Amino acid sequence: MQPTFSSSRILLPVRPWFIILSLFVALLMNFLPTSHWPGIPDWAALVLCFWSIRESRRVGMGWAFVLGLAMDVADGAVLGQHCFAYILLAYAAAAQSRRILWFPIGQQALQILPLLIGCQVIQLTMRLMTGADFPGWGFLIGPFIAAFLWIPATFLLLLPQYQPVERDENRPL
Amino acid sequence: MAGIDHAPPPFFKRGPAPLALLTFYVAISLALFVVDLRFRSLDLFRQTLSLFVDPVQRVAQTPGSLVDYAAAYLRGLQEMQADNTRLKQAQLTTAPNLQRLEHLESENERLRKLLDMRDRQKAKGQVAQIMYTARDPFVRRIVIDKGQQAGIIAGQPAIDEGGIVGQVTRVFPFSAEITLITDKDQSVPVQLVRSGQRSVVFGLGNGQLELRYIPANADVKEGDLLVTSGLDGLYLPGFPVAKVVSIERENSYSFARIRCEPIAAVENFGEVMILAPRAEQLPRPPESDGRRSNTGAPSREAAK
Repeated sequence: MQPTFSSSRILLPVRPWFIILSLFVALLMNFLPTSHWPGIPDWAALVLCFWSIRESRRVGMGWAFVLGLAMDVADGAVLGQHCFAYILLAYAAAAQSRRILWFPIGQQALQILPLLIGCQVIQLTMRLMTGADFPGWGFLIGPFIAAFLWIPATFLLLLPQYQPVERDENRPL
Repeated sequence: MAGIDHAPPPFFKRGPAPLALLTFYVAISLALFVVDLRFRSLDLFRQTLSLFVDPVQRVAQTPGSLVDYAAAYLRGLQEMQADNTRLKQAQLTTAPNLQRLEHLESENERLRKLLDMRDRQKAKGQVAQIMYTARDPFVRRIVIDKGQQAGIIAGQPAIDEGGIVGQVTRVFPFSAEITLITDKDQSVPVQLVRSGQRSVVFGLGNGQLELRYIPANADVKEGDLLVTSGLDGLYLPGFPVAKVVSIERENSYSFARIRCEPIAAVENFGEVMILAPRAEQLPRPPESDGRRSNTGAPSREAAK
């Protein structure tokens, strides 16, 4: 696989344990006390979205369900709130993955933004429909920052897959 | 065409179709959502999951608490000494009241016995540390470090040195969740100290409380103190809850709009005391069907 489909650089295959580790670290970052600050992105959603696009055969709705349940229990939210949003996010990301990876990375971030906003809006709608208070617009700033972070996140999460660029006659790519 | 296997070779296997998976998972999560919200019968499921999630959460809280610890360590001796003298003075000013309290309580007990009244229940409880505020931005809850292991049960009131903080709403094996009195769905039956009028105070979700169902011409002033009335059978009577900060009386409404500020440091971190559940009350008088649907005070189940 390449970093983007238009790139000529070939990546090493992904290691499954690295996917699991990154999802776990994202969950851990979500549990940090900083998550109360306005505009802190939903790390789990971002990493889940990333892997759903890059490795839609390994990470999909099953992982979304598990992560969502963990988030619901940790948040003390209504069970199923994060689950539902993450599952739809994973599905939409996997469905778009063939298209999104053709774009250069900056434009990928723009393509991700509606997915992440959708994820927040779904949760907002679910809770508002069931009688919760509107938590303020700060709730919807997170996805914008997460979309910005798509560029460093792509770099970091692909880092173990890059290989040296030396070429010789045995390795023309 | 019998005998020809149309299944693709194993290296093309991709599991169920994405749309089928989507339907499956969406159905499960929506079912969870509805069951949890409507019937609240998933507590055991939630507790089981929390056994796995709780350690991760504690690990995530460690850097923050280490920073707090370091800050407290570096704050220095002088500040601690100042704190200490301040606390000593505070204790000295309250000492006369406290010393007489014991005397008054025993006197009260004796008089109540003379009058053949039920004994007032003494406030007992256990101190718990607040670990963090729940992340859910839609509600106001805190999580404490004591749970089923320490015998906490849902419905117990939590107080701090100022007054009522909230009520235990969910209990996990090693932690419990307290819904603050400022939460939108939380209500506390109260009594005005000055006039003795009873009412119910509701959280507004923005850190303030509202005293509802008080007629516009009622005797309420700014600065009035509200204490628990104890009519709900959960809170002991006499704990400070809130102070009236603003009153709006409009002719078009039959009720006044009364805003209150909580007295306890409800939204701050620290320690809380979880009061022991109240002893069994006298049985309630039977309610008629007409009243049950529209009473101001929450039922015992609703308060939980």
